Amino acid sequence: MQVVEVKEEETALVESFGVQRLVRTRLVGPVQPGEFLMVHAGYAIEKIDQEEAAERLKLWEELLADEEAWAGGT
Amino acid sequence: MAVQQGITSGRRELERFRDPELVRRLLARAQRLAQRAADRLGHRPVIMEVCGTHTVALSRSGLRNALADAVELKSGPGCPVCVTDYRDIDLMLALARLPGVTIATFGDMLRVPGSNSSLERERAQGAAVEVFYSPDDAVALAAARPDRQVIFLGVGFETTAPVVGASLEQAAAQGLTNFSVFSAHKTVPPVMRALLADPELGLDGFLLPGHVSTIIGRRAFSFLGEEYGVPAAITGFEPVDILLGLSAVLAQLVAGEARVVNCYGRVVREEGNPRAQAVIDRCFAPAEASWRGIGTVPESGLALRPAYAAFDAAKRFPVSVPPPVIPRGCRCGELLRGKIKPTQCGLFGRACTPERPVGPCMVSSEGACAAYYLYGGRETETD
Ligand code: SF4
Repeated sequence: MQVVEVKEEETALVESFGVQRLVRTRLVGPVQPGEFLMVHAGYAIEKIDQEEAAERLKLWEELLADEEAWAGGT
Repeated sequence: MAVQQGITSGRRELERFRDPELVRRLLARAQRLAQRAADRLGHRPVIMEVCGTHTVALSRSGLRNALADAVELKSGPGCPVCVTDYRDIDLMLALARLPGVTIATFGDMLRVPGSNSSLERERAQGAAVEVFYSPDDAVALAAARPDRQVIFLGVGFETTAPVVGASLEQAAAQGLTNFSVFSAHKTVPPVMRALLADPELGLDGFLLPGHVSTIIGRRAFSFLGEEYGVPAAITGFEPVDILLGLSAVLAQLVAGEARVVNCYGRVVREEGNPRAQAVIDRCFAPAEASWRGIGTVPESGLALRPAYAAFDAAKRFPVSVPPPVIPRGCRCGELLRGKIKPTQCGLFGRACTPERPVGPCMVSSEGACAAYYLYGGRETETD
């Protein structure tokens, strides 16, 4: 879920698939608009590191390409 | 816990981690690794998923069937509703029958059978049972209804405990005297030690729960490799995540290594979420807990600390129940210990279906029996 707006009392407005709702941010600390959050039972429980995700997928693409070339495409 | 309590994340991320072409290539890679692992072990690798959300994701994505010839996947004690002991369910039902009490619960608990009733049935007979998405909503109900005693049923692992704890702190800050928690929370590392103490377990590796790890961190599971020599991987719930996690375990089996690899780095940190851990620590203390099918496990439960005694439903409403009546033929207990698969239960799909569940593993959206029934589990027929 992506933070749309930071509200008072450790709450943020988030959006996912076009649906907006409020979540509590006390378990993750201050958040910024644009950040992605993992949400459980109305509380953000962690920030999602989008860069890490993109970096990891890129590494896998490279590794798979290497391995598949090595294995002759099988 | 995605289905039960709605863990959600970003859309863009979901698309990338579901890419069919990447899934196809990673599946082929996992199959190659599994073959090499099998050659080294002398048998098809046996990997346990210790998370109900993985159980469902493996079935729903079709990966369980696609991998059936290469890897034997077993479900463990990863569904919080399923591992809740019969006696605790009966105690919850007894609480629901108390005058002036409103039971507040996550939806998954509603149809779980106790000895001779369920919350759903109690509600039909007049008990006040309300389903909430967040424990915060139960606190709001207590604030709005001072004439009712609102008891929240705390059922879940380390992912749920800090959320319930935060709500409890909220209730305390508001000075509410009509809100309490029945804490049946459980913690995952101690029950894994209990499983590993069984010399006949016969597991080669673990797929570890991404959401629990989000809270407690990779470090909290490192004992699996260091003390028990069992390889494991923490991973998320999209098909790409699951294949990366399985491959990380299989690659270790090929290389003869045993570590806990974090394949869910976009969410799980080495030390977990310190704020969430602090809330757990302020509200709860480790306590002995009883697990369905596994028995009592030291330090595997979370009891409310004495400072929160006024919010402890077990202390405020001491109900007693007779010894539980366990449904005949239900093999949930063996299932949760990794001894059998759902289709090996004689009641599966016959006397026990999601419409008429006999045991909790068929009720919960995260239960292995429900996942196999809804999405098929053909590989189990050959075992
Ligand atoms: S199929 Fe039903 S009766 Fe059998 S183990 Fe599963 S929940 Fe229990």
